[in-house]
Amino acid sequence: MSALVEIRNLSKTYERGKQKVEVLHHVQLDIEQGDFMALMGPSGSGKTTLLNLIGGLDSPTDGSITIGGRRIDNLSEGALARWRSANVGFVFQFYNLLPMLSARKNVELPLLLTKLSAAQRKRNASIALQLVGLDGRQAHKPGELSGGQQQRVAIARAIVSDPTLLVCDEPTGDLDRQSAEEVLTLLQQLNREHGKTIIMVTHDPKAAGFARHTLHLDKGSLVEDSAQSPPVAVPA
Amino acid sequence: MKYLQLVWSALFRRKTRTVFTLLSVVAAFLLFGLLDSVRSAFAGAAGAVAGVDRLVTVSKISFTLSLPKSLLPLIHDLPGVAKVTYANWFGGIYQDPKNFFPNEAVADNYFDLYPEWQLSDAQRKAFHDTRTGAVVGESLAKQFNWKIGDKIPLQATIFPQKSGANDWTFDLVGLFRVADPKQKAQESALFFNWDYFDEARAFGNGNVGWYIVRVTDRNQAQQVADAIDALSANSDHETKTQTEQAFNAAFVSQYGDIGLIVGAIMGAVFFTLILLTGNTMAQAVRERIPELAVLKTIGFSNQSVLGLVLAESLLLIVLGGAIGLVLAGVVVDAVRVAVGEAVPMSRVGASAWLRGAGLMVLIGLIVGALPARRGMRLRIVDALAGR
Repeated sequence: MSALVEIRNLSKTYERGKQKVEVLHHVQLDIEQGDFMALMGPSGSGKTTLLNLIGGLDSPTDGSITIGGRRIDNLSEGALARWRSANVGFVFQFYNLLPMLSARKNVELPLLLTKLSAAQRKRNASIALQLVGLDGRQAHKPGELSGGQQQRVAIARAIVSDPTLLVCDEPTGDLDRQSAEEVLTLLQQLNREHGKTIIMVTHDPKAAGFARHTLHLDKGSLVEDSAQSPPVAVPA
Repeated sequence: MKYLQLVWSALFRRKTRTVFTLLSVVAAFLLFGLLDSVRSAFAGAAGAVAGVDRLVTVSKISFTLSLPKSLLPLIHDLPGVAKVTYANWFGGIYQDPKNFFPNEAVADNYFDLYPEWQLSDAQRKAFHDTRTGAVVGESLAKQFNWKIGDKIPLQATIFPQKSGANDWTFDLVGLFRVADPKQKAQESALFFNWDYFDEARAFGNGNVGWYIVRVTDRNQAQQVADAIDALSANSDHETKTQTEQAFNAAFVSQYGDIGLIVGAIMGAVFFTLILLTGNTMAQAVRERIPELAVLKTIGFSNQSVLGLVLAESLLLIVLGGAIGLVLAGVVVDAVRVAVGEAVPMSRVGASAWLRGAGLMVLIGLIVGALPARRGMRLRIVDALAGR
């Protein structure tokens, strides 16, 4: 099994006024294709920063990030945007759906950046919504959906352009237990049945239990790697 | 086009605010359409006289200066002149200054040059025979409930009588009608006998305000105008012969520099509009920073976000501007029917739309520039973290 994500000597330092705060310190990490990895750690440990760097939302201060054989730490902003649109799906704690668009239109957003026709975009968005069990809610706006349903729309938006990698930042942090379990089961299903590589930041050990293994970060360094089950074989 | 729904939905995210902003844009461009119509009419009024069959000759220095009546036979005898008459502005007030209507002393043959004004032969004869006779348009008579035989007192503002009195009384002997509904405003005028006026007034006797000339061939109008003006060349009463439209424009211009006034008002209106809509756009984008960050997260480039915000700003201004100009067209047409040529106004045509479209794009870009720049430059990580 090859490593989809290769991180070498990754450091990230923020400047807060005159102070420099090192959030990540020489992180070394490989994430295999088809893995479902939970990233845990106390607040301020650097989990979200690491996730943002892997997702191409931020640039490291030092070190390299190679994803799918391509280094992304030295890409320009424009190239990074194009790379993100083709390779990564994002799921946030607060769903971050556009409130004035219907569920289907929200899911279609990433496809606006492709050359697909309007009919193809509509069809693909409908398939993604079917996959997350919201076929009957396509015309509903986010305000008309429950938290769990909104998060499932966000997951549909994340997978609609068929990215290799899903990065999820506290995807169940704003949900009740039942909705959280539904969302986590859905992520597990996407990993097992569709071969998506998933990296999920969470505070919740129960949520981490749905992942194949868990990484612990503390003060910007990896401290522990606990495996629960091996990554799935990626369909050819 | 695939981004249109995204832009449209962002624009109407807060419906009430957008509708009110849109209304202010509509009002600004409605005003622009109306004022541009007036400005265009004044600008166009100074054009060539070719192609018209009725000309007005006034003093070259100012139309408020009078001309000698001795020019009448000279103009009459020029080749290409079919008929000539003359008139003088009286400026009398009926009961109250707010009861304004045009009132002029006119020559006996005045109505011959205005065949579109219908006056019966009997009433025309009465006008001719009655020294203090006056003729008014039906609309004006209806407004003040005047009937044939009524005495109409006017208070002079310019011309007192030789006795020093400012009171002039006229006998209503005729009512004229204008058949064309678009020219009905011309019925809001009163005309009385020149002879009575010239004999009774305290000063200016023997002078006329302006001449009106009908040409035999409208294709020769320019040559006739040049010939009339040549009669007084290098004299102390040089003339300027022009179209009636130009004459009306000059009349209104006495109240000020129309172009400057219109320009100043439009400048103030658009400056206010830029501040108002600029503030709205800035507020709208500030509220949507996390949403713009999401768009960037899923792969929209900095330039795409810049374009989306600018498109939103342009859509707001173009939508409101187009509605405003359409309304301006309707209002201008209605005003032209209501007041005729008394207030010169051009139709809101292609050139006005072109100028309006240019302004819409310019204002849309100005208004959207700063919010778009903010959207373009936002850092995803900071925006998602609410920083």
